[in-house]
Amino acid sequence: MSDSSTGNATGNSRRKLITGGLAAVAGVTGLGVAARLAKRYGLVPPDAGGIYGPGETLNYATQRVLARHSKAREFSKSQISKPPFANEIAPPSDAFKKLQAGGFADWRLTIDGLVDHPGTFSVAELKKYPSRGHITELACEEGWSYIAEWHGVPLAHVLDVVGVQPQAKYVVYVSMEPDTWDSIDMDEARHPQTLLAYGMNDAELPVVHGGPLRIRVPRQLGYKNVKFVNRLTVTDDIKKFGKGLGSVSPEYGYAWYAGV
Amino acid sequence: MGGSESVGMPVGGSVASASAAGADARAARRHSLLVRITHWVSTLCFIALLVTGAEIVLSHPRFYWGETGNVGTPVLFKIPVPASRHLVPTGYNYTLRDQNGWSRALHFQAAWFVVLTGLLYVISGVLSGYFRRELLPAKGDRSLGAFFATLKSHLRFARPGPEEAHSYNLLQRLSYLFVIFVAFPLVVWTGLAMSPTWDAAFPATVNLLGGRQSARTIHFFDSVFLLLFVLVHVLMVWFAGFWSRTLAMITGRVKEGK
Repeated sequence: MSDSSTGNATGNSRRKLITGGLAAVAGVTGLGVAARLAKRYGLVPPDAGGIYGPGETLNYATQRVLARHSKAREFSKSQISKPPFANEIAPPSDAFKKLQAGGFADWRLTIDGLVDHPGTFSVAELKKYPSRGHITELACEEGWSYIAEWHGVPLAHVLDVVGVQPQAKYVVYVSMEPDTWDSIDMDEARHPQTLLAYGMNDAELPVVHGGPLRIRVPRQLGYKNVKFVNRLTVTDDIKKFGKGLGSVSPEYGYAWYAGV
Repeated sequence: MGGSESVGMPVGGSVASASAAGADARAARRHSLLVRITHWVSTLCFIALLVTGAEIVLSHPRFYWGETGNVGTPVLFKIPVPASRHLVPTGYNYTLRDQNGWSRALHFQAAWFVVLTGLLYVISGVLSGYFRRELLPAKGDRSLGAFFATLKSHLRFARPGPEEAHSYNLLQRLSYLFVIFVAFPLVVWTGLAMSPTWDAAFPATVNLLGGRQSARTIHFFDSVFLLLFVLVHVLMVWFAGFWSRTLAMITGRVKEGK
């Protein structure tokens, strides 16, 4: 760091070498300690392996430390996007069309894993639980965004109903769309704005937006907000699911943690 | 970030070049090890950020102002390129391959590296007096006259005098200071303001910018500005003598008597 412009110094360069060496040792030790601490406090995402692992881990760990309980910004009714932009959905399967024809009366959400009372819930049953609404922005990783009012039951409430066991670390959610599943940590799952959404802008949640049931995670990007959710599994071992990366997104190169 | 370029001497040679004084050693010291390492780490990060940033824009080459924006809302402007998503109306009848996964991952990783590198550079630059000595305009140059003199010699594309191998000229100092303390922090800020969880923790950071889409648009323009800065920087290095200046940023020393 010496900026002396007149070069006269073997002593100087030896000192630099020693300083540099000490800094390198301190750096490596620091990284080791940081990695162990991060692991202990659950700050390492399931997809932390690979060349982009350090960046993914820094994103996740920093935001968990800075924003564990922060609330996503909420907007006023007048800021709701009209019309709400609907991203494309895959052509519905025959099984889905059959459920849709019956007004989704036979739609079931199955909850299993590390819970005391596994079970299945119809949308009507979910609607009997206390509902919460929020006007939040849904932002896609591509760059576009819109604001809508979402209505649903807080996931935290449903988790309390089925009784989550203390060792639980993640909630895995699965869509009726093939090959579509994701997961969030318990902080995000228990966050008061995380909803099992069945309504949007004072109406039923439209099919193009994932109706009859979609998970709404307003602190994360659009792709974490999986549509057509019909199964939740509470787990302490995310490695058991898919390729063990926490969701299907990392299998396509996308980050499991989408708070950035 | 600390660059090694220089072209154009103010008339009368009023630029104080403290570090040139007494440079009778055959290869005078020019850049400290820390400046050299942070310079090249930043260079690599910049290339990674530029390529991945451009790639991410391809998935939605439309820009908006305010909080929200999508294909159903009016645009501020569009970039006339094909997109990597077929839902985006571009006027092209084909869709590019989706490369956003690795692009985003590398973008954030490079951002972390360049921010940490930048912090190291700024903290050491303040503590060592480097900014005061090398980047704040030299005492004799703190006047409009000196500014216009430097500007004029730049506009005439005057070759730099030999003393500029050891010290930055006024225009250089001002542009480096602007990049280090305005453009770079702004690109980090607007980048963070696009993160929904960051916005949850620090809502003012996005609201002050006018909303998420405004942040994205400012991020884009600031990136274009930084790209222009780098292009001019390389051009100036080329003017001043590409290999001697580049070697100085690698070895830290300036060869005398060339």
